[in-house]
Order: sequence, then C-alpha cells, then structure tokens
Amino acid sequence: MTPVARRGSRGYVGGVEGINTHGQLAGRGEGQGGRVVSPHISNTRAAIMTTYFSYPDESLQQELRRIANAITAPGKGILAADESVSTMGKRLADIGVENTDENRRKYRQLLFTTDKSVSEYISGVILFHETVYQKSDDGTPFINLIKDKGIIAGIKVDKGVVPLMGSEDESTTQGLDDLSQRCAQYKKDGCDFAKWRSVLKIGKNTPSYQSMLENANVLARYASICQMNGLVPIVEPEVLPDGEHDLDRAQKVTETVLAFVYKALNDHHVFLEGTLLKPNMVTAGQSCSKKFKPEEVAKATVVALSRTMPAAVPGVTFLSGGQSEEEASVHLDAINKCTEAKKPWALTFSYGRALQASVLRAWGGKDENVKGGQAELLSRAKANSEASLGKYQWGSCQGYAGDKGLFIKDHAY
Amino acid sequence: MGKRLADINLENTEDNRRKYRQLLFTTDKELGNYISGVILFHETLYQKSDDGRPLVNLIKQLGIIPGIKVDKGVVPLMGSEDESTTQGLDDLSQRCAQYKKDGCDFAKWRSVLKVGKNTPSYQAMLENANVLARYASICQMNGLVPIVEPEVLMDGSHDLERAQKVTETVLAFTYKALNDHHVFLEGTLLKPNMVLAGQECPTKYTPQQAAQATVVALSRTVPAAVPGICFLSGGQSEEEATIHLDAINKCTAGRKPWSLTFSYGRALQASTLKAWKGKDVKAGQAELLKRAKANGAASMGKYVAGSVAGTAGEAGLFVKNHQY
Repeated sequence: MTPVARRGSRGYVGGVEGINTHGQLAGRGEGQGGRVVSPHISNTRAAIMTTYFSYPDESLQQELRRIANAITAPGKGILAADESVSTMGKRLADIGVENTDENRRKYRQLLFTTDKSVSEYISGVILFHETVYQKSDDGTPFINLIKDKGIIAGIKVDKGVVPLMGSEDESTTQGLDDLSQRCAQYKKDGCDFAKWRSVLKIGKNTPSYQSMLENANVLARYASICQMNGLVPIVEPEVLPDGEHDLDRAQKVTETVLAFVYKALNDHHVFLEGTLLKPNMVTAGQSCSKKFKPEEVAKATVVALSRTMPAAVPGVTFLSGGQSEEEASVHLDAINKCTEAKKPWALTFSYGRALQASVLRAWGGKDENVKGGQAELLSRAKANSEASLGKYQWGSCQGYAGDKGLFIKDHAY
Repeated sequence: MGKRLADINLENTEDNRRKYRQLLFTTDKELGNYISGVILFHETLYQKSDDGRPLVNLIKQLGIIPGIKVDKGVVPLMGSEDESTTQGLDDLSQRCAQYKKDGCDFAKWRSVLKVGKNTPSYQAMLENANVLARYASICQMNGLVPIVEPEVLMDGSHDLERAQKVTETVLAFTYKALNDHHVFLEGTLLKPNMVLAGQECPTKYTPQQAAQATVVALSRTVPAAVPGICFLSGGQSEEEATIHLDAINKCTAGRKPWSLTFSYGRALQASTLKAWKGKDVKAGQAELLKRAKANGAASMGKYVAGSVAGTAGEAGLFVKNHQY
C-alpha cells in the first residue's frame, strides 16, 4: 500500500497543497462538501497530524473502564439477545411461532423475567432497538427488569451489511449516519454499551485487502462515536466459519483481520481500555474434512489473540458462530484452560444462538413453558460461566436442543 | 566508540577498542547473573583477547548470548522535515547467515523518529516500520532473533503526554508492519524508548509518571506474544535509567504480559569507561558489575534508588540528535 497523495509544492507528502492538487479520486465519498477523498488521502492527512490528538478526559475514561470491566467480571459474560426482526423471525419459525411484535416481546420477557440468579453468570445483554422500548405484561420496561438484576444493557447499533463493489461477494457494515445522536439517546435510555458486527469471509481470494481495510475502518469509526457518547463499543470483526479451510488458514486470517482492526482503532484514537472485542474463535471451516479437537481450537485462538490484541483491552467476549451450545461451552472452557500463550485479558462469552437454542425449544411459544425456558437459560448460562473460568465439565450441561449444530450458511444476521 | 574514548582522552584505535571490549568480556562471571545478552558491532565479533581467545567465546563462557548490530545507519528521507530511515537490507540475509555461523543468536536494528511540530510524519512512521519489519523477517529466516528498535528521540521540548501519543502511534505502525510481513512475534524482542518528556521540556516528571506513561503506551500496542521489552536508555544518566526501569516494573497502571528489562549502552558503560580511563581494568569491571546488578534488580522492581553510585555520577548522557 503506497500513499496515493502526490507531493504538494513543498514536496511534503500529504501536505495541504498535495491534497488540494489531488482533486477528485475514486473511492469512498466522505461527504465533505462534495469532495470525494480516497481513504489513503484522508489517512495521510490525518496521519500527518496523527500524533496530535486527545485522550478522552479522565471522567469518560473512568466511565468506559468501569463498564468494560463490569462486563468482563470473572465468571460472567453476555447474552446476545439482539436478533433483528427478520432474524428473530427465523428463530421463531424454527419452533413454529409466528413472527409478531407480541411474540418477540413475549420471548424477550421470558429472558428478562428469569430469576435474579442469572446475574451471577450474565453481566450484560445486547438488545435490538425495539426491545429497549418494550415492556413486560405488567408494564415494566425491559430495561428496568434488566438493570434491577444488576445486568448492563447494551444495544446493537449497526444497520446490516452491504456489498462492496468489485469484491468477491464481500461486504462492509453500514450504520454510521447519525450514529452519535443515536448513541446519545441510547445512553439516556439506559444502555451502557453497544455492538457492531462486521463480516469477513474466507475464500480462495478473500478476505481481500479492500474488505479488511474497510471493515476495520468502519469498526473504528463506530467505536470512536460510541465512546464520545459514553458507550463502551464491542468491536465484532467476525470471520465466518463457512468454507473448507483448515484451522491454520482460519488462524492466519483471524490474525490478519485483527491486526487491521487494532491498527484502525489506533488510527482513530479509540481508548482501548474502554472497548471489548467480540471475535470468532479460530475454528476450521464448517466444510473442512479434517476435524480439530477443542484443545487445538483453543490454542489457535489464544495464539492468534496474543499476537494481535493489546493487553490494554480488558476482555474478549467470543461469538459462538455456528457452534452448538455444548461446542461453544467446551471451546470456551478449553480456551480458558489453554496455556500456550499469554492471556492478559478476560476470555468470556457473548452468545446468541448458543445460549438460546434450548430456551426457544423448551418454550415453544407457550406461556406454560416459560419456566422451562428460563431453566434452560440459567443452566446454559451457568455452564458458560464455568467455562469462562476454565472450570466447565464437558457434557455436564444437557440442553433441550441437544447438540445440534446451529450453523446457518452465510449468516447475514 | 570514538566519542566515548575521546571523553576519557583515549585515541580511537582498533587496539583501544579491542582493549575496552576485552575489559567488558573478561569481567567476573558474576556478570552472567545480570546480563543475558550483549550486542556487538561487526569488528568486535572477530576480535580476540590479549591471549588470543576470540571475544565471542569469552562472552559465551560467561553464559551470555552474543548479538550483532546489522543496520547500516540512518539516511535522510527526501521531502521530510529532517527525518530519516535506516539502511542495511542489502545482502542482509547472507550477512545474518554468516553471523549465525560465527556465534550470534540475535540481531539489532535501530530506526529513529523525532518528535517535532510536524513530525514524526506518516512517511517516516510507515517507512521505518516497514524497514524494521523487513529486517526482522530476514533475521528470522536465518535463525536470529531480531530486536526491533523504533527509537523516538528525547530531543525537544514536548511534554510527557505528547511523547506518549507519539510512542503509541509509532508502535502501532510497527506492529502492523510486523504483522504484514508475517514476522513470528514470539521470536522477537522490542527495544523501545521509555516514554519521557523531551530533554528541553520545562515540566519535570516523576519516575512514576514516566513509568505509567510507558506502561500504558506499551499495553495499548505491544501484543502479549512478544516475550520481552528491553528498553533503550537514550540520554538518561545511569541512575535515571535504573530508577525508571524499576518504576516501570513496580507500575500497576496497565497489564504487562511481557518482561520489562534493559538494553543499555551508555547507561551501563559511562562509569565503566570513566573508571578504566584506559588503565584500570579491575576498576572498570567493578563499575560494570555494580551497574549491571542494579539494573538486574530494577528489572524485577527491586532496586533501591541511589543505592548504587557510579563513577560517572549523575551526568546526563544526552547526545543531541544521536546518530549512534
């Protein structure tokens, strides 16, 4: 990668003259007075002054640290209950339930009226927009139910993936427009952290430089905007498990993606101590002919993180991807038992499907099964809590959903 | 070395340089309790003691690992505001292979960045990070552990906070480049500057402040896979360098998954040279042992400030715009 800026009249790369003589360039529009600026130019201009920036003021640093540390408290993790309307529709369809506002509300009510003991295992829950404003049958806002248990509320803020022109079916994630106002509002309404998911695919020629650079940058912009508004950003650069690649390739891709991510976070002056990372574990592709043991997955994962994630990041909250509930718990446990690399951060869970599959099956949409569903949630949350401490006994948690893989091909949401 | 010898009124001859290095490597083997490695200049690798023993063998007998400086000095970057890159990549692979054969197990390459109104520039950071990564890659191909040294100079009047920001940015460029070049981080070491305000900064900072700025900067940029960080001393006096290292090891402001130790030149040798003056080998060796022991303690957060007084006193060892 060479800076595209030509030298200005002073012969100084990236000087103001250099940028102005450049005129129009193909690339991402920055919306600055209609001038189209290539990412390289804006990087160069920013980078000239890149050592002049401000750290967040002390009170914001403390606030962000407090939230990030609370989420990654020992033995706790996140319940990712932020399925979009359409994704929630698929989950409900799986159990023969219609995708109505009311059914989605009822389902989330099941989750948030679970016994308070769930907060021994769950430190935070990620919500979808509509859920932040829904109420239980007796009119209590869900946000209050969540907070009364001492659980921190978070909000999914991205607006889904869009294709990258020219790429081999790669994407970036949108949602930056008005993000600052949205974050400010969510903070007022009771959220303390946010989540944004970018997606990368392993293929013959992917992930490409374009997609790694772009997704890293958009994650860094999101993170920066969140922090400006007192929300801890969970940064999620998911490398999908789709494909036939082996564990080694998955590790290389993950390392490279994370290097791009942390460089972008540095470029955008994101306060790392007030962020969390939500990466994939390093696993072989779903269609890989070779199967790898949990210890191998754990080693690949821990080594990849140790090579890329700075110690300043308080913790990792893994996504479960297409793993079954038990797989996700076992892998997390193996990761916490792994001694193949230094692990100066918490290593815990942020599971959606892998915490809810049994809950949904046990509930089946029926009021009389709410307690059964809640029992499943408690049981799997406890298992993951133990796994986050490296103390889970494999197979000891039997979920209603059995061990069915929860893999959805090319999972968009 | 000529400058160092001139400071003690010695002529810069090959034999004087040999004699001085012989002093270092015939020190009592207690030295091996505090010194794990020594970085050599090319000529030293092939010199012998008075009784014909190769200096590199003396080093190994002390249980110390020999390393070799492989860069070929700084060159200016056209268009920049007096910034530089470092050269030395040509035939580096063959040179590394030869050094490995001749007894070296690690190498060192120094890049230099300056804090100024408009510097370090994107050009300088990108270029120096890249050249460090190429060097590291070539070393590893030949079985040498590369010590990666992106020194941010102390010259200037900038405050501690600016120094921290620059250091964080430079290290982010460095580790992105190492990743781009697929360098095996577990087989590298970092030799960074401590985060200190500029030499001419009117505000003075405590060792604890410098330590905190240093530890936080490193925790934000150096992956846990890197086994260790061996600080350069820059223009610090012997005692300053030891106190700062100790404060860094005592500091709890950030996670520190790597070892934090020293790679000192001037800050380990100033008193040695002064005590030797070309004549008194034993006195010189005693100073070396003393200061090495002090830094050993500091690397474990166990140094008592002021407990080791060196012949060089508190004299700052700052050299403006230090080339070598």
